[in-house]
Amino acid sequence: MKQYTDTIKATAKRLLEDGTVDCFIGFRKGTMPMINHPVVITDAAKADTLYWDGNCGNNLALYLTGRKADEKIGIVATGCVSRNINLLIAEGQVTREQLYIVGAPCKGMIERRSVEAAVGHREILSVNEEGEKLIVEGKGFKEELNRADHLQRNCVTCRHHNPVEHNDILGSEVSEPAEAPVFTDLEEAAAKSDEDRWNFFQQTFESCIRCYACRNACPMCYCPTCFVDEAKPQWVGKSSDKVDTMTFHFLRAFHLAGRCTDCGACERVCPVDIPVRYLTNKLNRDAQEFYDYSAGLVAGERPLLDQYKLTDIEDFIK
Amino acid sequence: MCDNCSCNPYKPYPVRIEEIITETADHTLKTFKLVFVNPEDEEKFKYIPGQFAEISIPGQGEIPIGIATSPTEKGFLYFTIQKMGKVSGYIHQMKPGDIIGVRGPLGNWYPWDKMEGKHCVIIGGGCAFSTLRSSVEYMLHPDNRPKFKDIHVVYGARSLKHLLYEDKIIPWRERDDINMHITVDSIADNEEKPTWGCNVGFVPTVVEEKIKDPSDAIVIICGPPAMLKFTMPVLDRVGFKHDQIYLSLENRMKCGIGMCGRCNVGHQFVCKDGPVFTLEELGELPNET
Amino acid sequence: MTSKRFTKEAWGKAVEGLRESYKVWVPAKEGAHHFFKEYTDDITPDFEATKTRMSPKHTVFPQSERMFEYSLESSDADANIMKDTPKDYSPQAVVGVRPCDAYSFNLVKINFDNKEYRDPWWANRYESTTFIGMGCNEPCSTCFCDSVGSGPFDEKGLDVLVYDMGDAYVAKALNEKGEKALAAMNGGQDAAEADLTAAADMAAKVEAPSKVPTDKLRSQKLNDLYDADFWDELASGCLNCGACTFACPTCWCFDIQDESWNREGEVRKRQGDRIRNWDSCMFPLFTLHASGHNPRGLKVQRVRQRFMHKLKYYVDKYDGGTLCVGCGRCVEACPVNIDIRQVFELMNDFSK
Repeated sequence: MKQYTDTIKATAKRLLEDGTVDCFIGFRKGTMPMINHPVVITDAAKADTLYWDGNCGNNLALYLTGRKADEKIGIVATGCVSRNINLLIAEGQVTREQLYIVGAPCKGMIERRSVEAAVGHREILSVNEEGEKLIVEGKGFKEELNRADHLQRNCVTCRHHNPVEHNDILGSEVSEPAEAPVFTDLEEAAAKSDEDRWNFFQQTFESCIRCYACRNACPMCYCPTCFVDEAKPQWVGKSSDKVDTMTFHFLRAFHLAGRCTDCGACERVCPVDIPVRYLTNKLNRDAQEFYDYSAGLVAGERPLLDQYKLTDIEDFIK
Repeated sequence: MCDNCSCNPYKPYPVRIEEIITETADHTLKTFKLVFVNPEDEEKFKYIPGQFAEISIPGQGEIPIGIATSPTEKGFLYFTIQKMGKVSGYIHQMKPGDIIGVRGPLGNWYPWDKMEGKHCVIIGGGCAFSTLRSSVEYMLHPDNRPKFKDIHVVYGARSLKHLLYEDKIIPWRERDDINMHITVDSIADNEEKPTWGCNVGFVPTVVEEKIKDPSDAIVIICGPPAMLKFTMPVLDRVGFKHDQIYLSLENRMKCGIGMCGRCNVGHQFVCKDGPVFTLEELGELPNET
Repeated sequence: MTSKRFTKEAWGKAVEGLRESYKVWVPAKEGAHHFFKEYTDDITPDFEATKTRMSPKHTVFPQSERMFEYSLESSDADANIMKDTPKDYSPQAVVGVRPCDAYSFNLVKINFDNKEYRDPWWANRYESTTFIGMGCNEPCSTCFCDSVGSGPFDEKGLDVLVYDMGDAYVAKALNEKGEKALAAMNGGQDAAEADLTAAADMAAKVEAPSKVPTDKLRSQKLNDLYDADFWDELASGCLNCGACTFACPTCWCFDIQDESWNREGEVRKRQGDRIRNWDSCMFPLFTLHASGHNPRGLKVQRVRQRFMHKLKYYVDKYDGGTLCVGCGRCVEACPVNIDIRQVFELMNDFSK
């Protein structure tokens, strides 16, 4: 995927110079291993600083909401990001006409925590992608890992590597796996007793510091005032109380029902490594099983909870 | 201000609401007369006009409100509160006899030492007049009046129904040791015209008409951003220097003692280094209010 | 001043022994990271750990702290009157704290304990805390403590400084508090002159790998930096998540909230607490007025506020160094790789 860099630079430069876009959303190479810096540039001269590799896991669709209605925006989009874009358009947050989407077929993003664990948490100074290998270097060590063993968990089960909507495309399409994603962690939890499952939830959210990075990184969380921030009435307490913390996470997941594309940005940004996708996956699976629906696959399709079909399940109506 | 405290600067003094005066016809502004539950607390609450206090309601929160009484008025405190958010909304439906808390006094105060021997120009708009009521009451007290030269007050409100403290400002008009210029933005045709001379016009216009001489004078100005924006050029034209003009700022506050970090403008905390700043000091700070 | 030499095993036992007279905090592993935790029976201290994910500021300044309690039940004589909550300020020791973190407490103290006001909870807890610090033989690649007034073996803020000599720890008391703590740590021998010289020699060779320029920060005009053109692009990727402020040892901003509930078993009889929680200038609500006006309603204004506060406002206000100790935690925690080291360069080297 590193070869996309040159094309992104040239495309951004051209689009900004000829006025097709007012701003371009992409990444710059990070100052730390395994992370890149999302950036919105407005100056064609800065297009040379853009970059792409397997550490571009943050969801750039995040930066589309709250912009001026007449702003023309260029954006690099992988499969999941392009689905978010479709949904943001359906939800009235941005129009298709505003956007120039540079599609990026994606082989999956690197999970830095997995690489860190693989080298025993010794300090990593650089990680280079060479084909299907990762060359990991640190103080006094150099190791070679298989890229495929260290992908973000949402990338491992991804079925939509290729952008579903784009103006341009950076490379040839990646083959999509045929089988349905396996929600093994959900199966495991479902098999637990109520008490064990409750304990599991408590432990999972034990270290949450209520920084809201998960919510802030999510392109679909764009409410002007989030429910946790309301004061009149105050729905949720603001301290690190366990019940308040779980309420925040559970309700946020429900607000994402049928809207989450499993881009993994929430898990990626959590500073204390909480597997927050656990909850959204449950709702994603429900959306699929009950309504045969996955967010943002079809441009122009209404959001899940915005439509009704006669074939919808009714067995919950007693 | 509490120096050398072994007391806790976050702990409010309990006070009882003795009286509630609805100041405006639309009920959005009420003045609360507060009396200390423990009389010895009044001794500890030594304040100077210009300061504010945190009104504290257990279960709701705290809000910073300017002290409207002068320290020359003993036995009670006045706070004029506009119904705006969670805490102010709650206090507006409280009753005499209810117990709340008062924390303070907080912040700095108007430059009384610099104002001695000078002419004083007091300009206020809307409900920001509270600390100016405190100031005028303080200056007119027989112990204090001799310290100051001429006093001019320009006080503007949206309409006759929005004038505060009519029990004070109208009698003040009758005195010969103060020049009161009360103005309202407009008087409607069907409104009864007041028997006392009320100007009609915006505060900046009245200031331009009535205040002519910048020499040997200090200006205190407190009001909504729009009023400030249009009054500053007038003061410039009259010839006031920026270190002669004092403003009282507002900002979102929580602790009120310069610790929670939220009310800063540049490197100054509005609650502790302010709320009173000279225009010259503000010029060195970012334009972030 | 006393100095003692401990084998690594003896050190472990000595720290455990400290629990008899102090509440002890130690770095311990949880998941992929280390945090300072209370040394209870189920905790295994790890003194070989480099940087903890979160700073040790919570040992003196907990994330949530009950300030007062009150009854809202009108039939109670003390209804609506704030009462102190019981607090425990018995002696505590933070063992394994790094010099950068110890120095951060000195910087934060100016905020919470100054000539005008004293925050009783922060100040009392700080005064009851002994900092037994571990110097850094191999600072992390993101550390730049040397540039900002601290250093891998800097003594500011510490009561005891410990040198890791490979096979042993050499612990040097720096003041009376340190003497007392070291006296309570058994199983070590008095350090020999040679031990101390070897330790000092080792320390002198260690440098923080990263450097930032700070020489022009004081002389820069505040409003010039405020109005600079680099903020928009710098802030464009920021999520305003606040991870930087939570991880940062010198971030102290807090919120005050009243929370009320029904008394146990007595519906309709209510009581509550006034609580202090960590807050963040990164959050949009931080400066939101009840009227709806927000002086820092735009993301770029908030990002600018954070860096201006750390690198300029604090410098101007207290006529000293920056409010950054160079620990590098924000660089590691930021999910969009906003790097404060780049901001130091942008601000220090800025010219109109």
